[in-house]
Amino acid sequence: MKHSLFSMARNALTGHRNWPATWSQAELKPRYDIVIVGGGGHGLATAYYLAKNHGLKNIAVLEKGWIGGGNTGRNTSIVRSNYMFEESIQFYDFSLQLFQDLSRELNYNLMFGQNGVLNLAYSRHEMRVMNRRVNALRHQGIEAEILDIDGVRRLLPILNDSPDAIRPVFGGFLQANGGTCRHDAVAWGYARAASALGVDIIQNCTVEEFELQQDRITGLQTSHGPVEAGKVLLAVAGHSSVLAQRAGLQLPLTCLGLQAMVSEPVKPLLNVVLDGAAYVSQSDRGELVVGGGTDLFNSYAQRGMASTVELNFAALIDLFPCFSRMKWMRQWSGIVDYTPDHSPLMGLTPVAGLYLSGGWGSYGFKAIPASGVTMAYTIAHETAHPLIEPFSLSRFESGALIDESASSGMDLGQPIL
Amino acid sequence: MMQIDCPWCGPRNQDEFRCGGQAHIHRPEQPEDVSDQAWAEYQFSRINPCGLHLERWQHLFGCAQWFHMARDTFTHEIRAIYQIDEDSPGGLE
Repeated sequence: MKHSLFSMARNALTGHRNWPATWSQAELKPRYDIVIVGGGGHGLATAYYLAKNHGLKNIAVLEKGWIGGGNTGRNTSIVRSNYMFEESIQFYDFSLQLFQDLSRELNYNLMFGQNGVLNLAYSRHEMRVMNRRVNALRHQGIEAEILDIDGVRRLLPILNDSPDAIRPVFGGFLQANGGTCRHDAVAWGYARAASALGVDIIQNCTVEEFELQQDRITGLQTSHGPVEAGKVLLAVAGHSSVLAQRAGLQLPLTCLGLQAMVSEPVKPLLNVVLDGAAYVSQSDRGELVVGGGTDLFNSYAQRGMASTVELNFAALIDLFPCFSRMKWMRQWSGIVDYTPDHSPLMGLTPVAGLYLSGGWGSYGFKAIPASGVTMAYTIAHETAHPLIEPFSLSRFESGALIDESASSGMDLGQPIL
Repeated sequence: MMQIDCPWCGPRNQDEFRCGGQAHIHRPEQPEDVSDQAWAEYQFSRINPCGLHLERWQHLFGCAQWFHMARDTFTHEIRAIYQIDEDSPGGLE
């Protein structure tokens, strides 16, 4: 059913009891042309664009848990493209452009708002780095502006700008068309649109083994039984290493727990997405969404360390003393798979027929639409889309790393990779 | 939160320590002789397991010494702690 004013009115008259399921229940078939492992944003978006842009029909998405229950529902929902290097800026800005029209395209309200993303600098030296970033962005045709402390004050009236602050703010830079998007809705919207185009979405289905014949993937063993597959995409975020190992591949990845938390809802007090010390934004429900604390050791446990929460809050309360009596409702951790250069791993793998969209670290959510379009192209044409060629696994051999450790929003402090 | 038994200082809170990642990675003897693939594997490729992991830790805010730890990355259970120049004790799998 198409969502429209008419369908809203009609369903309101029947007490909203007759809305159809958002996507249909599918049974696992014995053979698919393409099997996508992982029903998060990346997997679902790739399935959708494979069906829509390339006319492919026989596609399954296998999800271990439930749709939107992994990292797609655990991130802080920020969308921006203010990276440093040409390859990243072009890729993430393509994604931002897709987000702008995505609600209409998917006929699903994604609650995308472009309130601006503000990065803070605490010293003249950090300002210099930000100048360099803004120049890099403008060189690629992306609008961004440097702000002095008065400019920051205008955007953040609640900022503690006193010289007594532990780390007084010096200035910052703004990407005005960055913002936030409701992350669950992105997963649900893509699932609904893909399902409408005939993609089978199978939840609670774990992949146990891969069937390989002479370095070519031919199928999978799942908890729902065996499946033959022409091509397989791994889009499993924090479990990329574990699954790739079952196909005989060892990847340049390290998994860490990245924490986030949400406050009680309060009246509007923060209009921009803030990136600096911690990242914080205010959701449409009024909750403050805070992220940025990483536990700096290998972990697959989806819970965070108290000491990291404390550091995160100390930095935040120094910036905004008015948050100090706020009640915090939920705190969680998502397992993020970091590459050594903080750029994703996308494209073909040494195993024929096996494709990878992983290494998404802390920057996966904002990349979902672009990743879907480019991975669908890559799978359909069996050759990497030009936008993601630089993000191939082979860059670690050639040495052409794209080091976005400064712009990825995560300062890991002590490198453990 | 983990409590880590430093071989020199005894049990201390985890936030005194720093994780140095996967242990027992061997640098090729003659870097100039190995292929790009072998060098990339040495530099970047990691096991990154969900389960038992042999890793290096440093008691950064204590004795500053490095040591080895066998730890479960899913439960965070510490299975063994051994010296920096020792091989992993067997029987952990």
